[in-house]
Amino acid sequence: MAGTDSETAILAEGVTKSFGDVKALRGIDLAVRRGTVLGVLGPNGAGKTTAVRILTTLLRPDGGRARVDGHDVVREAAAVRRSIGLAGQSAAIQEELTGRENLEIIGRLYHLTWPQARARATELLEQFDLVDAADRAAKGFSGGMQRRLDLAASLVGNPAVLFLDEPTTGLDPRSRLSMWDVIRSLVAQGTTLLLTTQYLDEADELADEIVVIDRGLVIAAGSSEELKNRVGGDVLEFTVADQHQVAAALGAIAPLGEGEPHVEADTGRISIGVGSGGSEALVSGVRALDAAGVAARGLTLRRPSLDDVFLALTGHAAEETPEPAGRGRKRGRAPDGKASS
Amino acid sequence: MTAATALSTLHLDEPPLAQRARWAVSDTLTITRRNLMVWMRVPAYIAFTVIQPVMFVLMFRYVFGGAIPVQVHGGYVNFLMPGIIGQTAAFATFGTAIALATELRKGVIDRLRSMPMARSAVLAGRLVADTARMLVTILIVIGVGYAVGFRFQNGVAGAIGMVALATVFGLAICCIAAYTGLAIKDEESVQAFGMIWLFPITFLSSAFVPIKTMPGWLQAFANNQPVTYVIDTMRALALGGPIQANLLKSIACIAAILLIFAPLAVRAYKRAS
Ligand SMILES: Nc1ncnc2c1ncn2[C@@H]1O[C@H](COP(=O)(O)OP(=O)(O)OP(=O)(O)O)[C@@H](O)[C@H]1O
Ligand SMILES: [Mg+2]
Repeated sequence: MAGTDSETAILAEGVTKSFGDVKALRGIDLAVRRGTVLGVLGPNGAGKTTAVRILTTLLRPDGGRARVDGHDVVREAAAVRRSIGLAGQSAAIQEELTGRENLEIIGRLYHLTWPQARARATELLEQFDLVDAADRAAKGFSGGMQRRLDLAASLVGNPAVLFLDEPTTGLDPRSRLSMWDVIRSLVAQGTTLLLTTQYLDEADELADEIVVIDRGLVIAAGSSEELKNRVGGDVLEFTVADQHQVAAALGAIAPLGEGEPHVEADTGRISIGVGSGGSEALVSGVRALDAAGVAARGLTLRRPSLDDVFLALTGHAAEETPEPAGRGRKRGRAPDGKASS
Repeated sequence: MTAATALSTLHLDEPPLAQRARWAVSDTLTITRRNLMVWMRVPAYIAFTVIQPVMFVLMFRYVFGGAIPVQVHGGYVNFLMPGIIGQTAAFATFGTAIALATELRKGVIDRLRSMPMARSAVLAGRLVADTARMLVTILIVIGVGYAVGFRFQNGVAGAIGMVALATVFGLAICCIAAYTGLAIKDEESVQAFGMIWLFPITFLSSAFVPIKTMPGWLQAFANNQPVTYVIDTMRALALGGPIQANLLKSIACIAAILLIFAPLAVRAYKRAS
């Protein structure tokens, strides 16, 4: 029953979706090889959740087609559902019930017998380090524990393909690291994973391949290394404390760069890709700034981060939302609560 | 890893129809069980569903009852109880609407819809659990009624008929509530909307006072609306008296509500996001 290419676990071609006037997806292509991790990276409102909801059969695309584990997400939705696990953007657990009960009920809904469902729940509670909390109501769990329980619930059916929508958003740094460990161990067991995130370091850390989406379009795809090369190699960075000197500084360093320099207005930090110029670029940078009479602090040359990639690709930083932020943060629902189709 | 081995069967092809039918039933029972577990874990839910109608019984029996003239054998408490029970059934559906809206917001419905379970089970399980909860509440309210002087006047069959009608009526209202919960989505709006329509249709009916004590323009509404048909039928079942006309009207109204709102609720569930 595999699709055109049994090595491809997730395939999307030209997928579009609009909500009224909002074009959430404007033609997305994705391909994820079996056993690999795709990081879908994009700012608020980029269309990450919409893409996940289409791939997990929750939403019908307006156009294009998509296959998951060889099955068409529209025509063979039931088969897709037998292959996938989903942990959405908020923890979808029943807070009044205990961790164990949550997992047992999911197991029953996967048509396990009660003893099988109990055994599976116990296995997962151990795997996700929830044994101590297993028999307490999930209401009292910390955010990190609730996320882990939610992730465990998405794995009850042993899915071949797993979708995690912003698995670490809202977690404190320590819970985030422990979530990363859990995700890494899943991947080590061969699960194909599609993960969305707004955190560049998270995609860098967990994903084999990354696609960057912005306003419903894939604007770049490749390994984290390839994307970093797109910035134009190393990045020269410094801070100009005096607002009035920013223009002079930009003029001085522009000839050194391979791309457009970026200025962070409130801090006066300036960065520019300098290709493989290396330490020569650093030296020329110092000279040029000196000649222009600019007082620059903290001049450094560093490997590009995915933040730089985002800047180079979109002209705006990942965390700056270009559109007015007039929508509910949590589940990507329209602020007026209008019904969608 | 016994559980995991059993799971390998999940990834096979579409199961046969008979198997799917059996799963639809077992999935519905699983969801029912889950919903009843949640209900029993949260004292506030129990309080909301049980204490409120009990307070109504006591308040109308002792505070307003003396001022309300009725020609019913056994006095006002006998007139009141079928009305309170009808209202209890209708109000129990607040829980249905709010629970579905909450599950939608928390992504529980997304999770369930992404799983290979029966698509009908979430709504069916919700309706079964909420109907069971409603029945328990009705029986408690009848018990309280007995403690304050209520007596069935029309035999056991009449009493059972009254409870059955109230339950079926409540189930129909549950379908409306399920639809509003899934369509409106925001829990507070869902609750406010419930107030807006459930209070008028239950109070502007024969539930608490004889309609002929109302002003004429209100009588026109109160005499010709489903809650009055249902409560008059329940009263006839509980206390005796002519029944046929109201029973037929009740059945017609309940059937119409089910035919309209059950499909709407199913559609809202399928499209929920
Ligand atoms: N059900 C809906 N009804 C109307 N508009 C929607 C709906 N879901 C998403 N949108 C809109 O589609 C666009 C993409 O939303 P989506 O939730 O996919 O973004 P996202 O990348 O997941 O963002 P976030 O990081 O905030 O979760 C947004 O402009 C959003 O307002
Ligand atoms: Mg999202």
